[in-house]
Amino acid sequence: MTRSDLIAILAERFPQLVAKDAEFAVKSIVDALSAALASGRRIEIRGFGSFSLNYRPPRVGRNPKTGERVEVPAKYAPHFKPGKELRLRVDERHADETTA
Amino acid sequence: MTLTKAELANILFETVGLNKREAKDMVEAFFEEIRMALERGESVKLSGFGIFELRDKPQRPGRNPKTGEAIPISARRVVTFHASQKLKTLASESHPHGAD
Repeated sequence: MTRSDLIAILAERFPQLVAKDAEFAVKSIVDALSAALASGRRIEIRGFGSFSLNYRPPRVGRNPKTGERVEVPAKYAPHFKPGKELRLRVDERHADETTA
Repeated sequence: MTLTKAELANILFETVGLNKREAKDMVEAFFEEIRMALERGESVKLSGFGIFELRDKPQRPGRNPKTGEAIPISARRVVTFHASQKLKTLASESHPHGAD
């Protein structure tokens, strides 16, 4: 499923809205999620999952083409942890478990 | 502060002009449609943000950390998220400790 598939599905689910609104809504949600992570905030969506930032310490890497050493500065990398409902729903083998 | 569904709904109310009910329902539907696609076994690609994929993991040996007893971790399907290059770049320069 792509972003445009999602927009089409939502436009169908909300027939009272004009199609542009579904598109604008998806853009607004995705932009808000990105902006939150860009400013170092966590995201928590119950039943779906949470997004947080993991610290990556500085390291010395290598340019794979030239073999030259390069300093890679410390940075943060986005991390997603699926929520319980999502975990259980994607895995039919464990779908009836109450703990996981 | 953590970003939640309530704040996303408020953004849709203020910037897209949905009414409060529609804004809340749209946020719910956005995440539910992604969950449903993953439940069907489809990956979900949100351009500019990232991709949610499914991985089938084989059974592996595990242990009860309290008792040390060996118990197999059963085969399962899990959701993984890979941030897009754009999101990685945005997040890499964030300062989680200063922002919260």
